[in-house]
Amino acid sequence: MKQGRALAALAVVSALAVTGCARAGEDPNGDGGDGPAQVTLWTHSAGNPAELEVYNQIISDFNGSQDDYEVVSESFPQGAYNDAIVAAAASGDLPCLLDMDGPIVPNWAWAGYIQPLGISSEITDSLLPTAVGMWDDEVYSAGYWDAALAIFARQSVLEANDIRIPTVDEPWTGEEFDAALRTLQGAGYETAIDIGAEDVGEWWPYAYSPFLQSFGGDLIDRDTYLSADGVLNGPEAVAFGEWFQGLFADGLAGIDGTVGNEEFNRDEVGLSYTGVWNALGSIEAVGDDLLILPPPDFGNGPKIGGGSWQWGIAADCSGPELDGARAYLEFSFDAEYIAAFADKQIVIPATEEATELSEYFGEDGQLRPFTELTQFAVLRPETPAYAVISTTFERAAKDIMNGADVQESLDQAVADIDADIENNDGYGF
Amino acid sequence: MTTSLNAGPPSAANPTAPERAPAKRRHGKQRGHSVAYAMVAPAALLLVMFLIIPVLLAFGLSFTNARLISPNPPRFVGLDNFIRAFVGDPTFIRSLINTFLFAVVVVPVQAGLGLVMAVLVNQKLRGTTFFRIVFFIPVVTSIVVVSILWRFMYQPDGIINSFIDTITFGSWEGIAWLSNPSTALPAIIVLSIWQAVGFHMIIWLSGLQTIPEELYEAARMDGAGPWQQFKNVTWPGLRPTMVFILVTITIAALGLFVQIDVMTQGGPRDSTTTLVFHAVRRGYREQQTGYGAAISLIFFVLVLAIALIQRFLTRDKD
Amino acid sequence: MTDTTITMSRTRKSRAKLLYIPMIVLALVFMFPLVFMFVSSLKPDAQILADVDSFRAFLPVGDISLANYTGVFERVPFARFLLNSIVVTVLIVALGLVVNSLAGFALSRMEWRGRKILLTVIIATLIVPFETIAVPMVYWVSLLPTLLVEDGMVKYDIGMLNTYEVMILPFIANAFSIFLFTQYFSTIPTSLDEAARIDGAGWFSIYARIIAPLSGPAFATVAILTFLPAWNSYLWPLMVVQQESLRPVMVGMQYFFQLNTAWGEVMAYTSLITLPVLLMFLVFQRAFVSSIAASGVKG
Repeated sequence: MKQGRALAALAVVSALAVTGCARAGEDPNGDGGDGPAQVTLWTHSAGNPAELEVYNQIISDFNGSQDDYEVVSESFPQGAYNDAIVAAAASGDLPCLLDMDGPIVPNWAWAGYIQPLGISSEITDSLLPTAVGMWDDEVYSAGYWDAALAIFARQSVLEANDIRIPTVDEPWTGEEFDAALRTLQGAGYETAIDIGAEDVGEWWPYAYSPFLQSFGGDLIDRDTYLSADGVLNGPEAVAFGEWFQGLFADGLAGIDGTVGNEEFNRDEVGLSYTGVWNALGSIEAVGDDLLILPPPDFGNGPKIGGGSWQWGIAADCSGPELDGARAYLEFSFDAEYIAAFADKQIVIPATEEATELSEYFGEDGQLRPFTELTQFAVLRPETPAYAVISTTFERAAKDIMNGADVQESLDQAVADIDADIENNDGYGF
Repeated sequence: MTTSLNAGPPSAANPTAPERAPAKRRHGKQRGHSVAYAMVAPAALLLVMFLIIPVLLAFGLSFTNARLISPNPPRFVGLDNFIRAFVGDPTFIRSLINTFLFAVVVVPVQAGLGLVMAVLVNQKLRGTTFFRIVFFIPVVTSIVVVSILWRFMYQPDGIINSFIDTITFGSWEGIAWLSNPSTALPAIIVLSIWQAVGFHMIIWLSGLQTIPEELYEAARMDGAGPWQQFKNVTWPGLRPTMVFILVTITIAALGLFVQIDVMTQGGPRDSTTTLVFHAVRRGYREQQTGYGAAISLIFFVLVLAIALIQRFLTRDKD
Repeated sequence: MTDTTITMSRTRKSRAKLLYIPMIVLALVFMFPLVFMFVSSLKPDAQILADVDSFRAFLPVGDISLANYTGVFERVPFARFLLNSIVVTVLIVALGLVVNSLAGFALSRMEWRGRKILLTVIIATLIVPFETIAVPMVYWVSLLPTLLVEDGMVKYDIGMLNTYEVMILPFIANAFSIFLFTQYFSTIPTSLDEAARIDGAGWFSIYARIIAPLSGPAFATVAILTFLPAWNSYLWPLMVVQQESLRPVMVGMQYFFQLNTAWGEVMAYTSLITLPVLLMFLVFQRAFVSSIAASGVKG
């Protein structure tokens, strides 16, 4: 029997060795110690140094401002971020503070990853409505900014080709827009517009589902939130799909390219449909010739996506860490920081006060036109089903781009979305 | 085999082994029992935990709507997931087709090319060891690395296009291999074979080396040329190796995942989605654990069928 | 008749030399992507793109530097990723050698009830590819406890995701390794055991003192065959480990790739994780090749 016991001892020792080094590798979360309570924070901004810089500034200011809490941060690349959160939630390893893309908030709130924010409503009330994430009538997340998309153009190019310059009050109609693209193609632009189709992930529903809505379709029936049938595969949606497919089939837009706005800045494309975050580079490249234009109106008014990255608190965050997380968030919603995000990262500040402080979005700021565009912002459907809606829409739109039958692709997307909703017993709707 | 990589854990475990062993032989059997159980216990326990239970779980979950995280408890849904797979999820059907297409091309090409390479490096020529090493290098290169590297080479302005352009004297219009539905899967097939063929070359080679030289000499005495020697001596001698190779390539090919995940994410237009990729997408990324388990189960049944065919083929030979 | 034989053997020799042609062509096919990778890792992106049109793509010429390599270390904690991979791989291989050889020993050299059944079950599990159980297994490990030592106390925590254990434990016991050990051990004469038993040795010391030392090749084969998949594992850590501090090199590379990095830096990263294994292979190539060959024996 001795040998058996020796073996058992060996097994225990090796198991301990394994777990021992497992823990050694991790953050020694000092909840038992005397020091400040450690509040962990995850962001998706590993690939975005400008954004990260402001976070690091806030964190070090916050940590320096008091002795009770210490915020410790970790950053992930955006593409892997949601998987990371899901897996962490599954094993109860979420950090106290985490950022999240606006449209995913209802899903995470419903699934119980995050808890109601619980910070001063004075702060959340002062924010742009699209910068606040709600579920079940409670605030679950809040963000420092919103983004906006616009059509970038060169005034000289439009004038030389006799293309009317649209305004917020009188945007291009769908026909005008298509005619403009063809004119630009005829004028020698190999690609008339760069719409960013080489990008992946949330960009797709964010950038292109507003077009779908302008056509009169939608991602889901927003009256019931129980089905996408009839809205994502109805005649309006098919019209959108055919238009979208035509952009690529006729060579007006390209499938391959580089993410960002470089092609426009180098004058290789006539127009670009891109985000405010690329505006500064284009101002540098194009100067006064740059026009920031509203998106076309395909029948139901111009639309752009609203809702960007926001902050929430994990459901299992409690005790001093929860206090610390809230204290940090309240500390961070300072107009100076919001303006810093706006100016470094080039996004629209979420409060009036910060807008005035901002170099680019303030009264005489060069990017002021973007703040006007926020009136066209539409939210992606506020339902837990959005997680699947997003990936499903991306796949359907990509298939359509690549020449798949429009009706079939959209029918399939509807079937996938409806199956998911049914599997989840309606997500509480 | 003179070189050894391991430091020899058995001697590290040695100090715990007691020297005192008063047992007589007639107690040996009984003592042997408990020691034997203790010896297999760690392996058996781990296999149960991380193989048997997950297999049973795959089976059980595939009849539920379980999700990785959900406020609702899992519910029994009968055959819904299987019906959905075959009726309501064309991407699953595409995954099935793509997986088969991949296997149908890769299995014969990789096996054949591996055999050619094995025959080449089995020649009594100088430097064959060098070539053997070179052919084997991609095998020790991670498939993740290989996928990223080839993704780079397949760019529209990448080295593959520029190479074809050069050998066709500039008449080649560079294409975006991975974003074209008709070229994406073939492109992935090429790099998959490139990466794995060295492995099967080695297995063929070990098969070749079991064939006694005397058989060749006898054949040559009978005036057999190289082709006849191959046909009458080599090929029959490789029969068991062949079955093994075909089965391992088939099972590996059916498990295609990394290349897809790194290079195309199943696109464009589902032209590269595969069973395992689809199971991971539905079961993990979209968190539909129950449905993902159902797809896994279907995949498992496929592999099982192939293993049984192997059984059948080898038994036939005995 | 004799005439033709002589000419045949002569032509056979010169014909054999012709076989160098396909071998060289194949060698080029197998080498060029890796040479391209190493060379590109030394160049800035603009030059990689410019060189693609000529043979310069394979030559370290022009603006050569290690800037891409320093870029890798600046952008991600590469050393940490490497350490994680080493820890995970070493533990899988080392614990696997102990656990599987012990099982193989009991299965091949000892008589006990249930032996045959267990052996059959183990061989049957050989056909379960990991991919088929990966998805349900994520669900499963998210329910498993994980031990941790806190303030000198051993505690446990539900949810094994994001730990070293979850990367290691599932891959220690390996049916194929057990099978190889069983096969190898059963070729060693049992008279050795009997002699040792007469001298009063216990089973465990027979394993440790007699059988294991005689089985170097089996241990080497299993070590190599478990080393490669452990080092290269991707699907599993991708799903179960998200924390940067635990990320192994392969998953780290996919993350690195998503940071919109320059291709040169990506090539530097891939070179960094390829070179050590390549060097190890070149040093131990005989052992590698014979291990792979051994894996085919079971056919």
